[in-house]
Amino acid sequence: MLAKRIIPCLDVRDGKVVKGVNFEGIKEVGDPVECAYEYNLQGADEIVFYDITASHEGRGVMLDVVRNTARKVFVPLTVGGGIATVDDIRETLRAGADKVSVNSQAVKNPQLIKEGADIFGSQCICLGVDAKTIGPNKWTVYINGGRIDMGLDLIEWVKRAEQLGAGEICLNSIDTDGVRGGFDLPMLKAVVDAVKIPVIASGGAGKLGDFAEAFLKTDCSAALAASLFHFGELTVGQVKEDCRAKGINVR
Amino acid sequence: MIAIVDYGAGNIFSVKNALDYLGIESRLTSDPAELEAAESIILPGVGAFPAAMEMLEKRGLTGILKEQAKKKPLLGICLGMQMLFEKSFEFGECEGLGLIKGYVDKMEEPGLVIPHMGWNKLVYNHESPLFKGLEESYVYFVHSYKAFCEDEPLYAYCEYGHTVPALVGDGKYVWGCQFHPEKSGEAGLTILRNFAALTGR
Repeated sequence: MLAKRIIPCLDVRDGKVVKGVNFEGIKEVGDPVECAYEYNLQGADEIVFYDITASHEGRGVMLDVVRNTARKVFVPLTVGGGIATVDDIRETLRAGADKVSVNSQAVKNPQLIKEGADIFGSQCICLGVDAKTIGPNKWTVYINGGRIDMGLDLIEWVKRAEQLGAGEICLNSIDTDGVRGGFDLPMLKAVVDAVKIPVIASGGAGKLGDFAEAFLKTDCSAALAASLFHFGELTVGQVKEDCRAKGINVR
Repeated sequence: MIAIVDYGAGNIFSVKNALDYLGIESRLTSDPAELEAAESIILPGVGAFPAAMEMLEKRGLTGILKEQAKKKPLLGICLGMQMLFEKSFEFGECEGLGLIKGYVDKMEEPGLVIPHMGWNKLVYNHESPLFKGLEESYVYFVHSYKAFCEDEPLYAYCEYGHTVPALVGDGKYVWGCQFHPEKSGEAGLTILRNFAALTGR
């Protein structure tokens, strides 16, 4: 049986791990390669690097991080942040990433999903989405790290992305991100029900039971968290123990 | 030396990284002479079946792979495993290498999340030297098509809707795994180490 995945995310800027709360108040906290290795030892099912560097030089640094991680961590690696072209996808995969996560750039240019999927396969195109609740069962998509409302309906967007060839969706709720009160279950459920591809829950994990709750109350395939793991409040192993105790299949 | 077939597809560096980490000598190559000289061969691959077969053909590697598969261990990974079969129905019917009996077709079942992406547990069907020292473990899969074969070439499978062939073999030199051993943590590294140990048998 397929296991539910627990995915730690590392926000990286200029080659250093940082974690912002609601995308603000960023502080530096460590070496991404070492962090990834530690998560691997804890039993992480995948590792996500999210590049929050704006500059072009920063991209090169990020690719070095991926290259060095891929030499010693043998679980899937996903890289997101600033991926705008097919060439960006190509060089990220060549550096050793297994998937790329496209977000704002895919909203601006949906063909990026199609081109990427056609050339490299759907399995390596993960659509990252930042969304916010605007009414009962109504959500809208934001870009640029949750700063710009695109007035785009979330459900329409994820369906379109699936048609264009996205192989997976990483859904981040702006409402719950950083609040640590649990994942945004209504939003998550709506997206899981709208598409056939795997959906990763993101944004809001604050305590041990939040992960199991997402798996028990929705059919999401994976759950992602950053700061919770990063500051050592919880280990991936503890989260899996809790899931296992509640009858959820984890590795 | 293990030759990793470089035919322009797939994340071949991951396989190389894993072998380097294990201290196993390997080389990325599309040179028939190197495939001939190698002790064993790994055929990686992600992407679409017809495009990958065409790339193999274009580089003149189809014939040499079929020939070498009779003489030395060959491991196909993911799409590389699927290409070992007789044919696939991905984007129309397309001939494979025909080293293992069976075919490849879409995984389709109501309610099933596709692609089959993530860690699934191996169930052993026949004993394989690739599983030496390894209990039935979780390994990493990512695919939307799967193999359909009889019991004989099926060494291990996993449960996802119906069963999904996970390790197949011809009983001699040819092995294929649907999962990615190079992305399957310790379990995957053990399988790669076991494959390398078949070298020069």
